[in-house]
Amino acid sequence: MTVEIEARVAELVKPYAGKRSELIQALHRVQSELGHIPKAAQAVVAEALGVPPSQVTGVVSFYHFFRTAPAGQHTVRLCLGTACHVRGAERVLKAIQEELGVGLGATSADGMFTVEGVRCLGACGLAPVMMVDDEVYGRLDPKRVKRILREVGKDGG
Amino acid sequence: MITLRIDDIPVQAEPDQTILDAAKAAGIRIPTLCHLPGLSPVGACRLCLVEIRNWNGKLVPACATPVQEGLDVVANSDRLRELRRTILELLFAERNHICAFCVANGHCELQDLAAELGMDHVRFPYRFPPLPLDASHPKFGIDHNRCILCGRCVRACSEVEGAMTWGFAGRGIFTLIEADLGDPWGDAKTCTGCGKCVQACPTGALFEKGRATGEQEKRPAIVAALTERRPRAQG
Repeated sequence: MTVEIEARVAELVKPYAGKRSELIQALHRVQSELGHIPKAAQAVVAEALGVPPSQVTGVVSFYHFFRTAPAGQHTVRLCLGTACHVRGAERVLKAIQEELGVGLGATSADGMFTVEGVRCLGACGLAPVMMVDDEVYGRLDPKRVKRILREVGKDGG
Repeated sequence: MITLRIDDIPVQAEPDQTILDAAKAAGIRIPTLCHLPGLSPVGACRLCLVEIRNWNGKLVPACATPVQEGLDVVANSDRLRELRRTILELLFAERNHICAFCVANGHCELQDLAAELGMDHVRFPYRFPPLPLDASHPKFGIDHNRCILCGRCVRACSEVEGAMTWGFAGRGIFTLIEADLGDPWGDAKTCTGCGKCVQACPTGALFEKGRATGEQEKRPAIVAALTERRPRAQG
């Protein structure tokens, strides 16, 4: 598995060989193909571009856009903006944590959900709001959140 | 030569010197923490902030600001003391800096600065995040709880040793100094085990194994000693 990934990544970053300033471009390319950038892939990128491994990890961990673990089948985007904060986004987050066992920036153990925090979905009138994939859910409370997650999870990927 | 004033004392300096260099030469004390002679200045800790009177009281880091003709620098004042003290308090509040349980107790630049600047208590709530300690290296260890993210180890590793093992991973208060791809230090392929990072570390974050607290004296001056002895290509 790892060997396959390494060969694939090596192929992907070939155009960037030796180009240290293209690190972010190379990482984008890897992530768009693999969906994430595992450690083994980071090592290949470092080697190919001639960048120290510590710098590759530094860049990958600095930018929220890059992920080191595969995303879940569904993405939950919980709004942490001002209106949602005031209307109890914290309680909703706690409910999500209870239901999925993970908090912001993590993926549930069954690989079903990735939870992300976002700033304002532009639906403050429905606060607190979250999106599950492309669907918006408003006026959330802990009970409703758990019900929604269970329903989405039941439908599968 | 450039002439400037630091704390109302006329000082002369070379054009490539910083305000900190000029102050040192004139015997004027400016506290520093992330600065280490022999390493490039980064101006990260802000403890060496000085006030420039003829720049409308603008605050600049002395370690990273070149001297200029006619500068009127305030290096020590009540305002600066309060600012430096606040910076120290924020550093102490961010992670676990309880000296009594630290291997660097008595040999710590952070502790020395707190004493020098009269920081007798911290006005901010302590965060105390539970951070790991990595003792996988045969000779050294890193305790992230004592780390102030000054980056002296990162710079010593890249600029002096050239191994580039250490890097900043993550961002903001969640930043950790990590080896290679976030590997345990003992597994880091690029690490030469030279220990310059340990000598450069101002706190107990990087420490030598097999040494008691009383022996845990660092030698940060070796960094400058090494770079001065090394012939350098003039760029």
